[in-house]
Amino acid sequence: MSQELQAPGIRHMFSRAYFCLPHAHRNHLQQQVASMRRSLFDQGYLDEQFIQLEELQDDANPDFVEEVVTLFYSDSARLIQSIEQALTSRPINFARLDDYMHQFKGSSSSIGAKKVRTACTPFGEYCSEENAEGCIRAFQQIKQEYATLKRKLETYFQMVK
Amino acid sequence: MNPSNGKGPISMASSSASWRVGDGVSDQFPAGLRVLVVDDDPTCLRILEKMLRTCLYEVTKCNRAETALSLLRGNKNGFDIVISDVHMPDMDGFKLLEYIGLEMDLPVIMMSADDGKNVVMKGVTHGACDYLIKPVRIEALKNIWQHVVRKRKNEWKDFEQSGSVEEDRQQKQSDEADYSSSANEGNWKNSKKRKDDEEESEERDDSSTLKKPRVVWSVELHQQFVAAVNQLGIDKAVPKKILELMNVPGLTRENVASHLQKYRLYLRRLSGVSQHPNNLNGSFMNPQEAAFGQLSSLNGLDLQALAAAGQLPAHSLATLQAAGLGRSTPKSSIHMPLVDQRNVFSFENPKLRLGEGQQQHMPSNKQMGLLHGIPTTMEPKQLANLQHTAQSIGNINMQINSQGGQSSQNNSLLMQMAQSQSRGQILGETAGGHVPRLPSTIGQPILTPDIGPNVSARNGIPENIRSTGYNPVSQTSSLLNFPMTPTSELSVNSYPLGNTSGVSSLPSKGSFQQDINSDIKGSVGFMPSFDIFNDLHQHKSQNWELENVGMTFDASRHSNSAQGSLDLAQSVLAHQGFSSGQMTGQNRNAAAIGSTMFSSNNGTEHGNAQNVGPHLNALLIDNQIRVKTETFHDSNPANIFPEHFGQEDLMSALLKQQEGIASAEHEFDFDGYSMDNISV
Repeated sequence: MSQELQAPGIRHMFSRAYFCLPHAHRNHLQQQVASMRRSLFDQGYLDEQFIQLEELQDDANPDFVEEVVTLFYSDSARLIQSIEQALTSRPINFARLDDYMHQFKGSSSSIGAKKVRTACTPFGEYCSEENAEGCIRAFQQIKQEYATLKRKLETYFQMVK
Repeated sequence: MNPSNGKGPISMASSSASWRVGDGVSDQFPAGLRVLVVDDDPTCLRILEKMLRTCLYEVTKCNRAETALSLLRGNKNGFDIVISDVHMPDMDGFKLLEYIGLEMDLPVIMMSADDGKNVVMKGVTHGACDYLIKPVRIEALKNIWQHVVRKRKNEWKDFEQSGSVEEDRQQKQSDEADYSSSANEGNWKNSKKRKDDEEESEERDDSSTLKKPRVVWSVELHQQFVAAVNQLGIDKAVPKKILELMNVPGLTRENVASHLQKYRLYLRRLSGVSQHPNNLNGSFMNPQEAAFGQLSSLNGLDLQALAAAGQLPAHSLATLQAAGLGRSTPKSSIHMPLVDQRNVFSFENPKLRLGEGQQQHMPSNKQMGLLHGIPTTMEPKQLANLQHTAQSIGNINMQINSQGGQSSQNNSLLMQMAQSQSRGQILGETAGGHVPRLPSTIGQPILTPDIGPNVSARNGIPENIRSTGYNPVSQTSSLLNFPMTPTSELSVNSYPLGNTSGVSSLPSKGSFQQDINSDIKGSVGFMPSFDIFNDLHQHKSQNWELENVGMTFDASRHSNSAQGSLDLAQSVLAHQGFSSGQMTGQNRNAAAIGSTMFSSNNGTEHGNAQNVGPHLNALLIDNQIRVKTETFHDSNPANIFPEHFGQEDLMSALLKQQEGIASAEHEFDFDGYSMDNISV
């Protein structure tokens, strides 16, 4: 338990609500959060970059990680829409798709969204091959990973608060 | 994290401000480093901002390249380093990198999720000082201050070297020596340009371990210098004696030595166009040499113009040069010229003029001929340099011009230029924006890389001009950049706007420009001559060279009369042996332009230039100028000339000195020559 608390992010996250709870509850909650966090990493949803974000969080910016992740959601939503539009237009503009892919890759990697980032690679490959079918399939995969991560993170942040 | 540090931009500002003023190395350094981060991805941007703040840097973020550019332009000394993403919707990150390098000469770090070798290589060739792969870790950001320090150190070192080397060298030898030192200077120039601009006024003291006090070679100072050199005889002029003769308190032998070196290059360039072939040939050395030559010439011209303009810091010139030269070759080569340029500018007009003229010569050799299609590394680089310088100079002018009412702008621009610069340079430019503008614009503003975009934007001239300039090899295109601005103006026709017209004309001149580019490169210094150039272009840039030469000479003759620039040109021409008759008002303009434009007659000029040096040019220019002057004549009635003339006089005085006119060519190696080649 105490090990899981080592993560600065968790400690910070807990700093506010944490100390209001009775000790037993705190421990329990702390355990839950820690274990969820660990599983996110273990299952490959998050990578080390997420820890970088957690380390950036401080008293001056106590919600920094959540703030950044929220930015990621809104930006991704926009990107996903653009990609979908590009995929349905005829002829497909693969260069633009590739651009979008790069953007998505960049932003997902910067928050440590490992699986989402990884899913971008085949999408990029299909783009360069100008394989519309492949692109569409790969994009479905990206959307799926993105949705899963978003769900998990939302749960996580709720717990942390 | 320290709350105060982490979140105190204001406190940072003050600390960073003190950091800047205090020669770059304060106790808090690198805290307070002023970083501009550009990325269209809001997530990344926010993360970077937070990371940089954690490093105790002062962060400004923007999500569009255009915004970043305007921020940088609006506050030239407001930032120490730029971090930019590669893939951005409104502008390619590499393009932004180029602009920044040319105009502000700030260290730029590129970043991208793309870690492909090609992309990283592109970053290197475009002059990025580092390339970060996303996701960026804070550790990678902690050390970015090293790039700032390194750049400054290089500048300083170049400065040092140029000073010490100069003394021991004979004029002939200096060519060679110049290369090495030019390289240094180039680097130095680039970084120094920016630094110098900012710090020039601030501290001259060597309190900073990195910086040396910089001497501004004002018109008066340069005149004194030239007088001293003439008195001693160019061959016998050694820094020590010059220093004694000048009797200026506070001036060191090193200052004089480096200035003399530049001057020699300038003269050499004026007379020895033959250098071009070497330069152009594109051997690596050539580019350097060319660059060097260009630089020298440019330096003289550009620097002066720039100096005059006060806008185009040497670094812009340097960057221009670097861009031109450097794209294909390592920056080092460019640096040299840049440095010279910078110094040259400090001469302010006189030098510029010379440079221009010289460049004209040179470029024609090198670039002009080559430009047309010589993609040699040299050329592009040179052009780039030239363009840079020219652009920077031109930018100043151009910007003004392009901005809009060319005429109005030009005038204002020119005026500004005239005022800020040592008039001499502006010769053409300020004059009324038309003719006067050219000279000055050519010389000066051209340097600003921005010119390209500005110019193109304004006039509609394709940005390529600028960008082409940057392309290392773009061969002509790169050259074009430089000339773009000026040429655009020139081509435009009446020239009056120089910029505006020039710019517009550029497109038409497109092909021309390419030549011009090469020429321009050399003639970057000429920037002001762009105005003239435009006209000249019509005549075919060749006149450029001549013009420049002529100009410089004339400059000396005429003193600040409104026609000054014209007079200068005329006098120069006359001096040259041209039919002075031509030097009538019209001619004057042309002459002025011509001087700047010396690049005229690429081929012929080169040959002539080489032999006759200024004279030939003058002659060539003369003819051309005539044609041009007429055009100009109307356009600018020397409105601005008066101001320019001051500089012009110096220029002409310098030109007169020309013994080294041939050497002037060297100086102009970079694009200046292209001007000539630009057979318009």
